[in-house]
Amino acid sequence: MPEVAVRKKLTAVEEIFHEGGPAVKVPLRRAVALVVIRNPYAGSFVPDIEGFMDDLKPLGLDLAKSLVKALGGDATMVEGYGKGAIVGSAGELEHGALWHVPGGYAMREVLGGAKAIVASTKKVGGPGTRLDVPITHINASYVRSHFDAMEVGLADAPRADEILLALVMTTGPRVHARVGGLKASEIKGEDGLR
Amino acid sequence: MKANIRKIAVFVEETQSEMGRKVDPPTRRAAAVAVIENPCAGKYVEDLSELMTIGEELGELLAQRAVAALGISAHTAESYGKAAAVGENGEIEHAAAILHPKLGAPVRKVLGKGAALIPSSKKRGGLGVALDIPLGHKDAAFVRSHFDGMEVRINDAPRANEIMVAVAITDSGRPLARVGGLTKDQIKGEDGLR
Repeated sequence: MPEVAVRKKLTAVEEIFHEGGPAVKVPLRRAVALVVIRNPYAGSFVPDIEGFMDDLKPLGLDLAKSLVKALGGDATMVEGYGKGAIVGSAGELEHGALWHVPGGYAMREVLGGAKAIVASTKKVGGPGTRLDVPITHINASYVRSHFDAMEVGLADAPRADEILLALVMTTGPRVHARVGGLKASEIKGEDGLR
Repeated sequence: MKANIRKIAVFVEETQSEMGRKVDPPTRRAAAVAVIENPCAGKYVEDLSELMTIGEELGELLAQRAVAALGISAHTAESYGKAAAVGENGEIEHAAAILHPKLGAPVRKVLGKGAALIPSSKKRGGLGVALDIPLGHKDAAFVRSHFDGMEVRINDAPRANEIMVAVAITDSGRPLARVGGLTKDQIKGEDGLR
């Protein structure tokens, strides 16, 4: 079992009051937690990598909890989520896929069993690469007001033998959402879709 | 509040290891960034006092946000810096009006002290422009371990008629600093230099 070696973490919180329209009473908050770890598989093809998903579980939980804390500590405030990974140049895209299970299930656990699939993206890139992490409603993927994305990244990561892992949570719809579709107030929240 | 704030973003970086060597305790730095409307955009305005007042407000707000994000008591902050990026319809002088006349005093008030000049940078740029906030020890500018910089960016700012204003605060110097010079435990902290 490779060790999870953390070099650096970043949390960032955006608080959005308006985007040219009327200021909202409760500002939208969007938070990201990033962690930069050593890629234990960098530099060569390793056939069997699945075990590392278990090793990443505590880190996933740690990040998910830090996001709730950054958003004020109340998990019931969280309405949207997403996840992503950037793999350094000596790794492969598949290494980023190791984050799906530990990242996604950690957020669901911390949020008390969220129903919707966690939207995700990944890529291989160098230091300073930006990642647009997709965001959807935590209980019903079709809620149109909550489709969003947050651009994240770090100037000095990922180095060639590193992976940058990201989790994102938000507290509500886009600040001036008005393009119709399924509303958060209309969902059943059973199948994760509607 | 005089400033029309569209959004506030707060970033916290924590470095736990560097080149495989543990950083103990981890170095931590925070940047709080406000995206505001530029009241002087698109025309030549002789008297920039409105921006100076906005700088004063933001000095207090952003210093408080950065300290809160670090979770430290304000007097234990070790270094600081400030920066602004003006959208394309503004002048570099607008950044100067926000940063230099009045922003520093409330920052120092929040921290309890701050004998040293607050290092600063400014630029004009488009959406997503990277702001490199210079950092220096808050009581003695010559403390070599604390010369640093923090890059921040917000993908949707500054718009043409906006200004991004940033205050960065740390509880530490560079990770694994080892290039000599004045150390923090040697300073007098009276003249702002040593």
